[in-house]
Amino acid sequence: MEPLKGLLSTLWKALTDQPDPKAPFLESIPEDYRSLASAVLSVAPILMVFPLLFALTTVLERKGLGRIQNRLGPNRVGPAGFLQFAADGLKTLTKEDVVPRAADRVVHFLAPIALVIPVLLTFAVLPFGRNLAPIDLDAGLLFFFAVSSATELAVFMAGWASRNKYSLLGALRAVAQMVSYEIPLVLAALSVVMITGTLSLSAIAAAQSPTPGSFLAPWYVFTPWGLMGFLLFMIAACAEANRSPFDLPEGESEIIAGYYLEYSGFKFALFFLGEYLGLFASSGLAITLFLGGWNAPFAFMQGWLPSWVWFFAKLATLIAVFIWIRGTLPRVRMDQLMGLAWKFMIPMTLLTLVAAGLWHRLPSAPLRWVACTALLAGAFLVLGRVLMPRTRHGRRVYRYAD
Amino acid sequence: MTFYLALSVLLFCVGLAGVLARRHAIMALIGIELMLNAANINFIAFWRHSSAADDLSGMFWMIFSVAIAAAEAAVGLALVILVFRHRRSVRLDELESLKG
Amino acid sequence: MEGGFIAMPTDVILWILGGLILISAVMSLALRNLIHCALFLMVCFLGLAGLYLHLNAVFSGLVQALVYVGAVGIILIFAILLTEGGGTETGSHLGSQWRTGIGLAVLLAFALLGAVSNSPQTTQAARHTEEPTVREIGLKLMTDYLLPLQTIGLLLTAAAIGAVVLAMQEPKPRKDETP
Repeated sequence: MEPLKGLLSTLWKALTDQPDPKAPFLESIPEDYRSLASAVLSVAPILMVFPLLFALTTVLERKGLGRIQNRLGPNRVGPAGFLQFAADGLKTLTKEDVVPRAADRVVHFLAPIALVIPVLLTFAVLPFGRNLAPIDLDAGLLFFFAVSSATELAVFMAGWASRNKYSLLGALRAVAQMVSYEIPLVLAALSVVMITGTLSLSAIAAAQSPTPGSFLAPWYVFTPWGLMGFLLFMIAACAEANRSPFDLPEGESEIIAGYYLEYSGFKFALFFLGEYLGLFASSGLAITLFLGGWNAPFAFMQGWLPSWVWFFAKLATLIAVFIWIRGTLPRVRMDQLMGLAWKFMIPMTLLTLVAAGLWHRLPSAPLRWVACTALLAGAFLVLGRVLMPRTRHGRRVYRYAD
Repeated sequence: MTFYLALSVLLFCVGLAGVLARRHAIMALIGIELMLNAANINFIAFWRHSSAADDLSGMFWMIFSVAIAAAEAAVGLALVILVFRHRRSVRLDELESLKG
Repeated sequence: MEGGFIAMPTDVILWILGGLILISAVMSLALRNLIHCALFLMVCFLGLAGLYLHLNAVFSGLVQALVYVGAVGIILIFAILLTEGGGTETGSHLGSQWRTGIGLAVLLAFALLGAVSNSPQTTQAARHTEEPTVREIGLKLMTDYLLPLQTIGLLLTAAAIGAVVLAMQEPKPRKDETP
């Protein structure tokens, strides 16, 4: 009875933003098991919340895409089709697991596991609420990037082990894309590190808390370099997650399904899960770095809701934006994708770093606003308009089949 | 301490054996990477056991060595690709055109 | 941190990690399939990262994972696919003098192990069990180690440009050359 009361108390403390939420439960169990129980307490919510969010997102994405494409989307299973994820899950679990005869069986088996584990590990350092960071690591940001770089290897393993031309092509495309976009991703995050002077994600989120008496919270997205950094970060995160418009690795019209073409059943579900969890993780990182983490947008709102509600509200908004982008933009070409990364994103993120340095150095408020905005806007115009190869758009002509 | 040093020695010798015994140029590079990593174990072990109080030099050596290893891998593999493009082979014992 | 969250003695974790590192290192050099070798090399690097994390050198461990698995591993795999097509090597995968090579390595291992076991250095107890904060590392890197840092930056830039120039396709391949 005692541990159960402790658990409820822990849950209550976690949901209401009180410091050190794990303490009541840990005190109620024997000394020897405390560190193990602490680890379980950190891991279990992540394993429960994010797969559920994934399930909900798949349904909402299909419904949203349906609306964008002027159709209804799933509406048969459960109320308004919201239990579609359960049906899909059951289907993938009961499907036959087919492994190609030529495939490298061991690597083929290990690839989905090697994808999901690092992605789940990245959630360990994200601060979901005021006192809700599973591990408050001093080098949290470095941990995030170190762990997520292992997913590239998993993608390659999947594509290579399938012994299928399309899989290998998809894997090579995916790895080239992820390597290229990891650089702007890291550089965009570095501008925030430069300003806060720490790699700890909890400290970065705390640095964006509104000071009492001010109106707007000091989120980094409300500065010129922060806004540019946030946009670049989101574009890079979109490419890292292989999402439309950067979904060349799995472009159905060219290479069928890319690196997970030869996967079925539960392994396919794991790939799907890993991809969405990766999207949630990088959105969570963007929220922590630029959108104030668990802070409210205005100082007077700070106590209205528990901090984690703000975090998940921002996460839901970002996911909605990703769905919207997927429904709106067409897929880019391979050379456009690489050109965007190397000719535009990387110089632009480097200049964002310069702008963040200027912001830090210049003392007076109007001067640094003008200087940073001018630097970034000028760079955007030069890099994006002048140096990019331009296609002359003539008058659009519609041709119909005779 | 003995454990780390012994581990490092063994890793180094595995790498050395690989460099000397395999024919493929990329395998030789893998062996070199292993030897560099053996050195890194030593750097970290000596950092941990160094007598000066706030001496971080072992750790910095390790970080610089990782950076050098990355540069070495990039250039080395570019060379391998270049050789393959010219000779259609990256077997180390088939690259013998300088032999008198 | 020391000992992990399960009541497992820290020595056992060390032996497991050490075994993992050595076995995967041997496998990464002994297998015929180059991609398998590269994947085992990644296991070895991850084991090393785990070892550093276990020794409370968190920053070094993460750098190891980021650079080796994220960067070196990927270029290695690309190089393998661009040269041999990623298949199994045909013919003997051992060089002509492999016996001499392995013999030399074994001899060196015995010599060094002997030296290590007789060294007076090894009896020193661990002093640095606390890891330095990232802030301390950064400050030192920007003050005491500024020159090495700049040199490394220069070296990496030179290496990146050099690698691109080396591996770049020649602008105009001759027509009679079969690709």
